[in-house]
Amino acid sequence: MTAQPMVKAEGVHKSFGPAHILKGIDLEVAEGEVFCLIGPSGSGKSTFLRCINHLEQINAGRLYVDGDLVGYRQKGDKLYELKDSEVALKRRDIGMVFQRFNLFPHMTAVENVMEAPVQVKRESKAVARERALKLLDRVGLADKAGNYPSQLSGGQQQRVAIARALAMQPKLMLFDEPTSALDPELVGDVLDVMRGLAEDGMTMIVVTHEMGFAREVGDSLVFMDDGVVVEAGNPRDVLTNPQHDRTKSFLSKVL
Amino acid sequence: MTDKLDKTPSGPADAAPEQVPPDIIRAIPVRHYGRWVSAVLVVAVLGALGYAFAQGNVRWATVTDKLFDSSILTGLWHTVLISVVSMAVGLALGVLFAVMRLSKNPVTSSVAWLYIWFFRGTPVYVQLLIWFNLALIFPILNLGFYKDYMTAVMTPFLAALLGLGLNEGAYMAEIVRAGIQSVDEGQTEASHALGMTQMQTMRRVVLPQSMRVIIPPTGNEFINMLKTSSLVVAVQYQDLLRSAQDVAATSFAVMEMLFVASIWYLALTSVFSVGQYYLERRFARGSLRALPPTPLERIKSNLLSLSNWRR
Repeated sequence: MTAQPMVKAEGVHKSFGPAHILKGIDLEVAEGEVFCLIGPSGSGKSTFLRCINHLEQINAGRLYVDGDLVGYRQKGDKLYELKDSEVALKRRDIGMVFQRFNLFPHMTAVENVMEAPVQVKRESKAVARERALKLLDRVGLADKAGNYPSQLSGGQQQRVAIARALAMQPKLMLFDEPTSALDPELVGDVLDVMRGLAEDGMTMIVVTHEMGFAREVGDSLVFMDDGVVVEAGNPRDVLTNPQHDRTKSFLSKVL
Repeated sequence: MTDKLDKTPSGPADAAPEQVPPDIIRAIPVRHYGRWVSAVLVVAVLGALGYAFAQGNVRWATVTDKLFDSSILTGLWHTVLISVVSMAVGLALGVLFAVMRLSKNPVTSSVAWLYIWFFRGTPVYVQLLIWFNLALIFPILNLGFYKDYMTAVMTPFLAALLGLGLNEGAYMAEIVRAGIQSVDEGQTEASHALGMTQMQTMRRVVLPQSMRVIIPPTGNEFINMLKTSSLVVAVQYQDLLRSAQDVAATSFAVMEMLFVASIWYLALTSVFSVGQYYLERRFARGSLRALPPTPLERIKSNLLSLSNWRR
């Protein structure tokens, strides 16, 4: 592993008005690592994930992706907010998969995957389409390329969403509870795709309730509660032998 | 029905000998006497109405005679022209003021609110008269680079265009705003997460989806506009209604000419309704699993269901 972490958080705070969601998060995600975030709902894990690609702006602390400050430029001891276009440029390298898929409903599966390479990277449609079809094949949906999202099952939609994020050839993938909106029998297909990605060495941060996935695929695991990191370590250690009382009581409810 | 039911219970071969065909239900259908009574009643009222018009002192020959009269056709053209141009102005203003209303700048959003408040809050007839009589308070129009008598500038066409267009803009602003706001926030987030800019997100993701919400009321607005444009008689614009009234004044065929105007208004609104239908179908892509039937397909299926009507 390289010396520079892919993601580094130093005392990250985030509030929505009076609600203090993140209360000083410190963590590091190494390149090529599968990093799992678990915790009860409202613990701030999704908010933290959204801070990483600047969908939310942090209030205090520093957050770095691949060595660059997220959302700001530092000159001397002053911070300058980045322009929208600069933020957009940074986001190209970070793929995100949402709980509710958020596919573009007016485009077919292959058009969804092609959209960003064509619009953002100005790739030719032919090149983008060819790679989009390969990505759809990789997530097992080669035969659904011409379907609109409404004609796909939830699990299929989520796999198209993963292909859409991969089309930008990101160096980091964020997964925000990717299987929570799925019927139980569809969860496996999505997890298989994610497992494949992990084997290919993709750096992944996964907010999840799938403890089995965290144990099998995860390299590190963090348990968050009430805006702070309660416990961190190897997933197999934390899940089988939690040290903290809050971790113990959470795991006893979900396992 | 029968053969369908006969086919289904064909189970595995080893379970076959015990199979007894199911006892098909043959019940007496419910008689819908109410339907017969209401149908007879409606036909009777229609017949009475038709009889009344046949007895009335209507010169139908005049109606067919004047339907394609050259002054009527000119008026028809003017009605289409003022409606289309006013609608175009209304659409452009609508998008502009919708975006202003949604902007984070408090000045632009308040100005947009004020515009909508004023032009939606006063009758369009009053607005037309205000534009037409503007010369009473500003006899001379002075734009710095251009100076002329207001009466020369404010032609009936311009007064009609400003009156209808600015009023329409206020309604369209609210329709466009509703359309933009109807698009789920997750769509914007997904688009941003892919590295698309605000403009790209608006153009490629939000507006195409908002069209589904914007088009039906906009079609309504346009059909309304075709009819509301008859108010421009107030500013001396030579539209369909005014042409019809002019012919009526010389031929004393008042009702006949109003029928002529009605026939043309109906023709216009029908044509544009069909156009709207196909536009909606186009933007429904992806939101429905199967597109709704076209009018022709629907007429066919209606005729079929009519022939099965007694069941």
